[in-house]
Amino acid sequence: MSEDLQQLISKARSAIDDATDLQQLDQVRVDYLGKKGVITAQLKTLGKLPAEERKQAGQDINEAKRTVQTALEARHTVLEEARLKAILESETVDVTLPGRGQDVGALHPVTRTRQRIEEIFSQMGFETAEGPEIEDDYHNFEALNIPELHPARAMQDTFYFEDKRVLRTHTSPVQIRTMENKEAPYRIIAPGRVYRCDSDVTHTPMFHQVEGLLIDENISFADLMGTLDRFLKLFFESEDLQTRFRPSYFPFTEPSSEVDIQCVMCEGEGCRICSHTGWLEILGCGMVHPNVLKHVNVDSEKFVGFAFGIGIERMAMLRYGVNDLRLFFENDLRFLRQFS
Amino acid sequence: MKFSEQWLREWANPSINVKDLADQITMAGLEVDSVDPVAGEFNGVVVAEIISLEKHPDADKLNVCQVNNGAEVIQIVCGAANARPGLKAPLALTGANLPGDFKIKKSKLRGVESFGMLCAEKELGMAESSDGLMELPSDASVGMDIREYLQLDDQTIEIDLTPNRSDCLSIQGVAREVATLNNCNMTPVIITAQPATIDDVLAVKIEASEACPRYLGRVLRNLNVNAETPLWMQEKLRRSGLRSLGPVVDVTNYVLMELGQPMHAFDLEKLNGGITVRLAKAGEAVELLDGKEIKADADALLIADDKTNLALAGIMGGDGSAVSKDTQHVFLESAYFAPDAIAGRARRYGLHTDSSHRFERGVDPALQRDAIERATELLLQIAGGEAGPVTEETTAAYNIAREAILLRKTRIKRILGVELADDEIETILTRLGMTIESVSAGWNVTAPSFRFDISIEADLIEELIRIHGYNNIPRLMPVYKSGLREKTETQLAMQNLRQNLLDHGYFEAVTYSFVDPEWCKVLAPDDQAIALANPMSSEMSVMRTTLWAGMLKVLQYNLNRQQTRVRLFETGLRFIEQKEGTLQQPMLSGVATGALMPEQWSSQSRKIDFFDIKGDVEALLALGGGNIEFISGNHPALHPGQSANIKKDGKAIGWIGAIHPEVQKRLDLSQQVYVFELELGSVCVKNVPKFNVLSKFPEVRRDISLLVDEKLSVSAIKECIVRAGSEVLKDVMVFDVYAGKGVSPGLKSVALGLILQDFSRTLIDDDVDQEMQKIVSSLEKELNATLRE
Repeated sequence: MSEDLQQLISKARSAIDDATDLQQLDQVRVDYLGKKGVITAQLKTLGKLPAEERKQAGQDINEAKRTVQTALEARHTVLEEARLKAILESETVDVTLPGRGQDVGALHPVTRTRQRIEEIFSQMGFETAEGPEIEDDYHNFEALNIPELHPARAMQDTFYFEDKRVLRTHTSPVQIRTMENKEAPYRIIAPGRVYRCDSDVTHTPMFHQVEGLLIDENISFADLMGTLDRFLKLFFESEDLQTRFRPSYFPFTEPSSEVDIQCVMCEGEGCRICSHTGWLEILGCGMVHPNVLKHVNVDSEKFVGFAFGIGIERMAMLRYGVNDLRLFFENDLRFLRQFS
Repeated sequence: MKFSEQWLREWANPSINVKDLADQITMAGLEVDSVDPVAGEFNGVVVAEIISLEKHPDADKLNVCQVNNGAEVIQIVCGAANARPGLKAPLALTGANLPGDFKIKKSKLRGVESFGMLCAEKELGMAESSDGLMELPSDASVGMDIREYLQLDDQTIEIDLTPNRSDCLSIQGVAREVATLNNCNMTPVIITAQPATIDDVLAVKIEASEACPRYLGRVLRNLNVNAETPLWMQEKLRRSGLRSLGPVVDVTNYVLMELGQPMHAFDLEKLNGGITVRLAKAGEAVELLDGKEIKADADALLIADDKTNLALAGIMGGDGSAVSKDTQHVFLESAYFAPDAIAGRARRYGLHTDSSHRFERGVDPALQRDAIERATELLLQIAGGEAGPVTEETTAAYNIAREAILLRKTRIKRILGVELADDEIETILTRLGMTIESVSAGWNVTAPSFRFDISIEADLIEELIRIHGYNNIPRLMPVYKSGLREKTETQLAMQNLRQNLLDHGYFEAVTYSFVDPEWCKVLAPDDQAIALANPMSSEMSVMRTTLWAGMLKVLQYNLNRQQTRVRLFETGLRFIEQKEGTLQQPMLSGVATGALMPEQWSSQSRKIDFFDIKGDVEALLALGGGNIEFISGNHPALHPGQSANIKKDGKAIGWIGAIHPEVQKRLDLSQQVYVFELELGSVCVKNVPKFNVLSKFPEVRRDISLLVDEKLSVSAIKECIVRAGSEVLKDVMVFDVYAGKGVSPGLKSVALGLILQDFSRTLIDDDVDQEMQKIVSSLEKELNATLRE
């Protein structure tokens, strides 16, 4: 290879190395390898050479061209990477800044709890039923074996209207309405608002219950206990949760029972929440009273079953640790946000 | 009901401690509310007697007493007004520890030494408050430890009884239960007939034979009503929460607590003629013991004499015939009033007494004679005097014989899910005082007279497991026929609706269904609200006719707590009085105010407007599908220029809009609020999709810009385009609306994009031009629109 050619290559190399961006590099390519480039120009001189030198010279020029080409490509890669890097750097953002857009709301804890209860019971085929909140005396009391003047009426302070209708004091009238309208068997839960004329630290004039009713040909008190025990374990997500059944009285069930759970705050050790008993009263239940079945023309010799009533707020308070019932109805956004 | 543990143990004394006893009766259905010691924890207190007393030389209100403590006479400085020579009172000796970590030391009061402290009941933790020293009976033995003397190592047990268990509203009743549960003996008090020593009787006439099946009376003469009730009785009453009020009242209260029979004593001198038990004439006045006069209803049962009304039977005695300090002779009443004749009456007159509480739940109809004999015996012991013979009137309605109930073995198994052994069943029933007779199906069971809550087979089954133990029944899962139930696709799940709103930043609220009538009037003036007869307050006195009433209050509550951006939704019933009845309709409502987005660093904040909330509602309604229209409308609570009636498939389903500025002012809302309210039932109607074959040919888009009258609605333009277009017109959308510079006043510019597509071929320019020409000429003709160049 001629010295000139050698020099040309080394000049090209330094020009390539000196190029700091792709544009400059392209200029170097044009200068050396372009149509009017210096190496291209060398090729044009071939014709003037004697024939015996021409072949060697041609090979040398092509060799030089390839060398420069390779160097250009290598440099191109380096500069391309640098360019991309610069772009990426310039486009870098602070990813810790909050994202743009709408915030997401939250279900009210009463609805959240209600849905949870519905979901658990729906696995057993319980369907959700609803009923009116302004009820007549018959459905709220009479049909549930609570005649007028019955002392049990004093257990529930009732809101009345002038025409003797009432705001339902429990969700139990939905039992009656369901049984009036359909044939046995029944497998329903009826969540909803209920009302009692009472307001203090532990009572609000409106609250929520879920009524449950399972009536079939072969349902027993043992089934009632098993179902509610299982439900409570699932709801509180604790297989170790202890439950106990205590005799009680509701006019519309016989036998009747209250169900206590081991205090979820102190795990039964005894604390302020459970009045140091280790137990929390959580729901009422029982075998549907034959008089109730009689009212809706269900043959109590053929069909038996159980009913239960769960206070939704109480369940929500224990599940989420809410310490004041009244918070549920203030609807303070700072409270609601905690259930997102 | 409250009672003393010691008293109970006189009747039934199982060898278990008080905690276990409380657990045991709780688990038997007699829920124990509390177990509290009858006195505070203290020691070093003895019975003492004040020998003499003189004024403190340097303090007006103090006395210097010489006190016999049983061992010696010591000096005590005391400030109690009732301190006097001869008084026996508790004395805390030096070194004594009183409740509240109070140690008694020798001390000097205004320079005079005192070697202990004479005590009031409060200082011994026996009362909430007291007035002066505790006065002990004159026969109290000086020097005796007061805990021993008063038997203070005792507890007050309070039980919360369900209405069916009024048989346990007495020591006798609880003792029966305890004896049954522990299978131990019961030692009832021995009641002996008190012979008549005088002949006086008072005639009793029962006119209300159903309401008062049995009435026993007795005249007692020459009682010393100022005699002191013995300490043991006072203490038992105190531990049951009853104050001592003189021997006559104390004895009737004692018998009430001991046996469960409410009694009444009349001052014989104040009665005119015989006793009549009868139903009231409506409006008849009765003056009661508490000084109030009530107007009786026709179903109230009265005790009257020949002249006046004496008492509201079974509820409260009258003022005129009450026993007083001057009473010498009394007429004792021990009656059985039917629960139906008493139930609910007391509450109606705003009364609630120990007597009405028992009679309306039921009193043992066999108890009246025992009670009157027991009361006579106690009264004669305490107050002396003579007793006349007992007069007893019963009516045809009086019947203590109970009907036998058939208890079937198969039914027990069926209801409980498990089998109980025959001998266990028989033992339990017998222990409960039932009479049993074996029959082929099971047993014929007769309940005792005091268990009037037992009337059907299910009641007996409850008794069986109550004693067997609820928690000894195994827990099973129900077995029943499985099946698949219908699951419609035409109904939107509430969960999806709620989730959609949450995703749009709405929080769910739950507000009271009763609201301020003023708010209803302002927000829904055309709807008639239904008012509660007994509201909690005037702000909660009518049922909401719109959910906005409660929600706007909540919005205001939050605005007042620095929450300036509020978005809430609620579901629930609204209540509207209509000719056909009360409409109780499920609604879905929302309220929103403040910035569109939560405050953030990168985008400029802007207040929400009508179209933001409309977008939210459109997204919500899109879940159900169908043809949704927003029609400019007039709602009294909404801004007339920013409100719309919403229709789904042609049916009006609700409203959306900005709150009217006047309404905003009246409700005192500090910023512009947007609201919507939809009929939930219609929102939940979901259309099942129906597939349309897709065209294989390309679609063409043509944009046009129109100048139209500024009042012309975009939906009118769209409707005109759709009417004019052929079947190749597939869609019309609005992409710009502009008025202002460059557009003549009174006009606006609307830019629309039209999508055209044919099903069978590719549209060529000519086709499109023709179609557009047709549409534009219609717009020009019908809407006076001009094409903007």
